[in-house]
Amino acid sequence: MHKHEKIWLILSTAMIVGFFLFAGYQTFALQMGPPSHQETIDPQKVDETEPFDNPGVFQTGENEYEVVMTLQIFSFTPSEIEIPAGSEVTFTMTSKDVTHGFQIAGTNVNAMVMPGYVQKITQTFNEPGEYLILCNEYCGSGHQLMATTITVK
Amino acid sequence: MALAETIKTKANNALGVNPQDAKISKSYFTVTFLALLIGGTLGLVQGLNRAGLFELPSWLNYYQVLTAHGLLLILVFTAFFTIGYFYAGLSHTLGGLIPKVRKMVWIGFWMKIFGFVLAVIPILMNEASVMYTFYPPMAASPLFYFGLVFIVLGVWMAAFGAFVQVANWRKNHKGQHLPILSFFATGVFVLLFFSSIPVAIEVFMIIPWVLGWMETINVMLSRTLFWAFGHTLVNIWYLTAISVWYVIVPKVIGGRRFSDTLTRVVVILLVILNIPGGFHHQIIDPGISETIKYMHVFMSLAVGFPSLMTAYAMFSVFERTGRAKGAKGLFGFFKKLPWGDVRFLAPFIAMVAFIPAGAGGIVQTTNQLDQVVHNSLWIVGHFHLTLGMTVALTFFGVSYWLIPRISGRILTKKMNKMGVITTILWTIGMSFMAIAMHLVGLLGSPRRTSYTTYGDNATALGWDPYLIFLAIGGTFLIVAVIMQVYSAFHLMFRAPKGEEEFPIAEEEEDASKTPFWTERWSRTILIMLIVVAMAYVIPIVDFIGDPGSPPWKTW
Repeated sequence: MHKHEKIWLILSTAMIVGFFLFAGYQTFALQMGPPSHQETIDPQKVDETEPFDNPGVFQTGENEYEVVMTLQIFSFTPSEIEIPAGSEVTFTMTSKDVTHGFQIAGTNVNAMVMPGYVQKITQTFNEPGEYLILCNEYCGSGHQLMATTITVK
Repeated sequence: MALAETIKTKANNALGVNPQDAKISKSYFTVTFLALLIGGTLGLVQGLNRAGLFELPSWLNYYQVLTAHGLLLILVFTAFFTIGYFYAGLSHTLGGLIPKVRKMVWIGFWMKIFGFVLAVIPILMNEASVMYTFYPPMAASPLFYFGLVFIVLGVWMAAFGAFVQVANWRKNHKGQHLPILSFFATGVFVLLFFSSIPVAIEVFMIIPWVLGWMETINVMLSRTLFWAFGHTLVNIWYLTAISVWYVIVPKVIGGRRFSDTLTRVVVILLVILNIPGGFHHQIIDPGISETIKYMHVFMSLAVGFPSLMTAYAMFSVFERTGRAKGAKGLFGFFKKLPWGDVRFLAPFIAMVAFIPAGAGGIVQTTNQLDQVVHNSLWIVGHFHLTLGMTVALTFFGVSYWLIPRISGRILTKKMNKMGVITTILWTIGMSFMAIAMHLVGLLGSPRRTSYTTYGDNATALGWDPYLIFLAIGGTFLIVAVIMQVYSAFHLMFRAPKGEEEFPIAEEEEDASKTPFWTERWSRTILIMLIVVAMAYVIPIVDFIGDPGSPPWKTW
């Protein structure tokens, strides 16, 4: 094998292993893993199942909030959320119909929300402003209208 | 035996192209370029809409157009090209197709056509606007899924035909290595067959459900089965493209192949590692633990390794060829490359495009980075670089010699020039589009969404300047599409008669002998199945018994 080829293969391996280790460090040491909540729910009984029988914004501690949210064609419930700046918000979500995506533009909040499963994702909002929440998985003819906002005051 | 072989090979060369085999590839290519024409036109429609320049008429739904665009270009264009190209390669390198194989690939052809007609009817009626991914619980018309069944069966016929052809050759050539182009073909058809098993299972879960025999369907299970297929498919088109880089391009530039052993190892690695790679589409899904997702980061990243080996091999061939022609200095060999030859230029730009495309792929498969771009236009930019540039340009490059070759015609200087211009226009168009998509995707603009400002939301309005480039890129691309389709049919029916070369590069004279274990497909397949089991058994067992969903039609 050529010397340059060896160098290239070593660099390639180092890069791949580097990405792998870095992703592991972020996931397990910094708790930055992707949203992976494992809990199921009967998608035909969302309205009768806790906590989704009462969607809304709930304060769970000082500067801590939980948003219990259902996604359905083509809306988010609750919508037009308001929270104080500096709060840590956990979104607990499920879908009442097809697969949806939950994305907050300008943040790293991005999660698939599927019927039959409860998904959770947490984000701290330090910067005041109005953030756009949108569905980023094709869900039907009104998919492009499925959006709301979260206002940080 | 050896003498008989030589005589047979010589006879084959003297006879040129077998007309019956040529007809197979020509038929496949006809479908390829018709799909490109229709799919490309639909792409322009979307680009113009997404840029906010064009409102679709009320009888045409954006998502209907997108479903057709995706299926035509990711499935029809690519599958028909791959089969046409590899069957021409099998015929050329294995001494003509055996009659049984010809029959099989024809049956496969008509099954696929029948399947596509079945699938296209509900798409045209807006009864199947479910995209290439057709995620349950969205439920299309049953006709759509029946169509998919026939498409899969048609692909299997082509795969089995290739296996019969290869097995027959091996029986008559004991102890010999399969010619390299046929080796690639074997890898591609092995992957096509095994990766379409999960999607076949998915479709057989869906059919009783859309017919109302089953009340609910397991959403995560069907999604996981889809991605075991969905991503492998695009990597199969990539493997087809690199067969051109390793085998054809060195000959076109007047050089020799890179190490035969390494080439075969790359094929084997891509066969083994590819199917689990699809899991990175599910990094932000619920119902899968972080640990499983982390294991899959490794599985997906591993696919990058053979690609990095390929990058080295390609530039090594360019350098060696250039130096053999008297190039001086560190980068002098670049001047010795045949830039004016479309058979080189198109696949070369395809390779260059794979540098950012492959880097983007590594980013997307790494958990936290994927979360930033998942389902944004970044992803669309990525696969327009991989499929739209790397795969498509390589296929175009092949069309300029293979179509005239099997049609008993030649590539004239004029058509070559047309090809060079097509390549440049395509590159400009795709670059505008892909770069803008990557950038606006980082800002959060979602994929698979028709033009919207979300009620004049300031963030969404900020994306508009980028989206304009989708229309500009699309306009360049449609010109290139029309030129490319014209060239393909011109070379098939109108170009001057003659004999065009089938360029297959030789090994280096001092090449070391390739170890024979590379020919043991049974072991390669066994290792592949073990890797697939490692990747999928745990999550799939986890999903079984999860609450199911009834069908929905939301469009």
